[in-house]
Amino acid sequence: MTMAPDRTKLLEVRNLRVEFPMRRGTLVAVDDVSFDIAPGEVLGVVGESGAGKSMTGAAIIGLLEPPGRIAGGEIRLDGRRIDGLPYEKMRRVRGREIGAIFQDPLTSLNPLYTVGRQLVETILTHLDMSEKAARERALQLLQDVGIPAAERRIDHYPHQFSGGMRQRVVIALALSANPRLIVADEPTTALDVSIQAQIITLIKRLCREHGTAVMLVTHDMGVIAETADRVAVMYAGRIAEIGPVRDVISRARHPYTEGLMGSIPKIGEAGGRLAQIDGAMPRLSAIPKGCAFNPRCAKAFERCRAERPEPLTVDATDVACWLYDPAPAVRR
Amino acid sequence: MTGPGTPLVAANDLARHFDVSRPLLNRLLDGIPRQILRAVDGVSFGIRKGETLSLVGESGCGKSTVARLVVGLYRPSRGSVVFDGTDMAQLGSRAEAERVRRRFQMIFQDPYASLNPRWRVGRIVAEPIVVHGILSDPGAIRARVDELLVQVGLSPADREKFPHEFSGGQRQRISIARALSSNPEFLVCDEPTSALDVSVQAQILNLMKDLQRQLGLTYLFISHNLAVVYYISDRVGVMYLGRLVEVGDVRTIFGQPQHPYTRMLLDAIPDLEMSGRPRTPVAGEVPNPIDPPTGCTFHPRCPLATDRCRREAPVSRPAPTGAMVACHAVEEGRLPPR
Amino acid sequence: MDALRRALDSDIYYSFRRSPVVMLSAVVTLLFFAGAIFAPWIAPQNPFDLRQVDLMDASLPPFWLPDGQAHFPLGTDTQGRDVFSTILFGSRISLLVGVFSVVFAMVLGIALGLVAGYAGGTIDAVIMRVADVQLSFPAILIALLIDGVARLVIPQELQHEIALYVLILAIGFSGWVQYARTVRGSCMVEKGKEYVQAARVIGRHPVAIMLQHVLPNVLGPVLVIATIHLAIAIITEATLSFLGVGVPPTEPSLGTLIRIGNNFLFSGEWWITVFPGIALVVMVLAVNLLGDWLRDALNPKLR
Repeated sequence: MTMAPDRTKLLEVRNLRVEFPMRRGTLVAVDDVSFDIAPGEVLGVVGESGAGKSMTGAAIIGLLEPPGRIAGGEIRLDGRRIDGLPYEKMRRVRGREIGAIFQDPLTSLNPLYTVGRQLVETILTHLDMSEKAARERALQLLQDVGIPAAERRIDHYPHQFSGGMRQRVVIALALSANPRLIVADEPTTALDVSIQAQIITLIKRLCREHGTAVMLVTHDMGVIAETADRVAVMYAGRIAEIGPVRDVISRARHPYTEGLMGSIPKIGEAGGRLAQIDGAMPRLSAIPKGCAFNPRCAKAFERCRAERPEPLTVDATDVACWLYDPAPAVRR
Repeated sequence: MTGPGTPLVAANDLARHFDVSRPLLNRLLDGIPRQILRAVDGVSFGIRKGETLSLVGESGCGKSTVARLVVGLYRPSRGSVVFDGTDMAQLGSRAEAERVRRRFQMIFQDPYASLNPRWRVGRIVAEPIVVHGILSDPGAIRARVDELLVQVGLSPADREKFPHEFSGGQRQRISIARALSSNPEFLVCDEPTSALDVSVQAQILNLMKDLQRQLGLTYLFISHNLAVVYYISDRVGVMYLGRLVEVGDVRTIFGQPQHPYTRMLLDAIPDLEMSGRPRTPVAGEVPNPIDPPTGCTFHPRCPLATDRCRREAPVSRPAPTGAMVACHAVEEGRLPPR
Repeated sequence: MDALRRALDSDIYYSFRRSPVVMLSAVVTLLFFAGAIFAPWIAPQNPFDLRQVDLMDASLPPFWLPDGQAHFPLGTDTQGRDVFSTILFGSRISLLVGVFSVVFAMVLGIALGLVAGYAGGTIDAVIMRVADVQLSFPAILIALLIDGVARLVIPQELQHEIALYVLILAIGFSGWVQYARTVRGSCMVEKGKEYVQAARVIGRHPVAIMLQHVLPNVLGPVLVIATIHLAIAIITEATLSFLGVGVPPTEPSLGTLIRIGNNFLFSGEWWITVFPGIALVVMVLAVNLLGDWLRDALNPKLR
């Protein structure tokens, strides 16, 4: 089964399944997830905690926490399969071709080394250049991510930077080998609102300048709206809806997305009650039969309780919801 | 007795300083002076009965410290909290303190830490009832707990369960039931929804609004999320480095913000409408509160800062919009239109 | 019934069932406790009842050796006492001293740890400095010291009667520091949590908060220390008794038995000292293995 390399797809994820074998049975954290990212595109992956969005990101960069494992499907980068690569090979792909940004910048930086040294080492690991050139590149990167007085700060230790500045350093680190894809998992969640804006603007600008694609994992619709070209909404380990960001946000097709958008308080709207989705996301050990959202869905009918919806294309959006099945369905 | 004009709760020049010095020995050896963190430095506000006042600001601005000062978890370094005409620091007897104490309650941020993991839900919710001696008959207590659980959207059967059997949103409901069990008039809510997912946040915010209407509650609401604050509040106070920079009606603050910091915060909110409005990236970061800038503490990040701002701390004055604003630029009429 | 079902379903029980070594340790520990508690009923003879002891049976070897007799399975000592029976009665004393000194150390340590952790400031500093000082001496030295002082101040005629209590206090006092430190640490963590703040907002008395809210949440690590401490306390008691400052020879513990038997090691009656020694080693090992497992089982990071 060989696919012809498709130049419009940098990352292809097909039927990805991530499992956690536990003593009471296997939990499926990511279930049959498929999506693509084009070169230079920003794909937002949004969902509530437990939706499987971070697991999807971790599976792509090969950093699933044991006992989690990829149990099915495939991940291709530029047509080449990268799931199931041996650890050493994956380590080279990560960093060289895929950069990673995590929520807590402190965990991504080694507190014992200066940021300059960490950058230089990462550059030398992945790129063929002299140490002097690497340091110049490190300095350039720090300037690119907007660190003031970079010549001086390059020799500082991570703890000497504030939270926002640290996240900038992590971004510089992720960009250091000129990767084609960056997986950013909640990069702004730990930051204050005003710093959030700075970091998002930065990620957008850098990706435009370097032509880097981004998979942006977050629970914050606002961040997605500002940054992403397309967005995937995840629920209980599956993709509920994926499409252009404008469509998903202003014309949500899936009842879950609709509920999610309604539950976000918006400034300027008259008071009253927020739309709310009753109940909570099911635990991974008790995902309902049929559509995982059906017990909370006001529009659920017979088929939703029995049969799991497959993605259906509506305009530019793929929606996993039986409401959009053109076939004459038995509806109440 | 609270008249229509007098506030139910008032903070007068409230301040709380923390000694964050290194241990004495280290100070002597390294020759470093004592370090005082002025977490809250002169904050005054009043909350009228049935109203919600929100305090908003970035991390480290002192909003949570204000909440803890108001409920008495911290003792103020300066100033006072007056509850229904009674100065909380002047409470004499234990009985008197008890009588005031059962009239206010607090809801915390982390639903995973705010319930004792070894207690059953029934005992957690009943604790204030028992402590304040509101009911003594076990049957009556159980009936009241059931009633409270139903009121917050749980079921009486949940009484027998332990906190770990619930999701984050349900735990926050248990917290609310506990807070309501002593029939308080005033609730201090410290970021009650910031650890929750948006859809659950909506449930909790709706519940809090419903309860306020049904029970005539007064809220002091602490949050860093401006959209949540807009939804829940009647009045809003914006804090920066331990001080209130602007207080006013929610529509005034969001519609005609005066203080440059308020404007900056509002500009930083992600735009969900996708109107294409460029989000203004804000320059700089919050300075170290141990060593705050001189004069107006916001001056290093402020586009309107002058020499006076660097020298002299501004005093809160009424602005033309009706809000109270502490800013020289507003006072001098140097504020550009927005 | 409900509680039992939950316990059988818990992760701890699961990890217990998966480790044969731990299950064996538990069985051995239980057997020792049962043997100690029911010694008067199950021992073939009461070795301290002179009417049951016959000097004619002195120095008999274990039953599998020539001259061995089946009703003295592990042989007899030089006064005709059955070694198996003395071991049963001896572990009774050893476990008694061990358990009660652990309880004493635990109560003292938890109380001081809670006070130090909750009050903080000067009280905390004083308690913890005392703990530091005590920790700089070996526990056995502290126990010896307390034991020695007690012997000085207590009148001669009372000494035999209360020797056991003195020993319990001495060993218990030498071990409270561990509990205090652990409880103080956990207490400081719990104190910062919001459920304790919630109780403070309600206006609960600090003592009530400590006992009802904080204490139940710091007991996990205490249980682990107590188990491991039990093994240490038994060894300490044996050491003291071996040195001759422990329980009186009229009520010998395992340590006393080893000391007494030690004199006959080279005259050929090795069984008098070796069997109590083996009993001590097996008992301490079993308790220790149980403690190690409990520590790992209660620590979610190691799972």
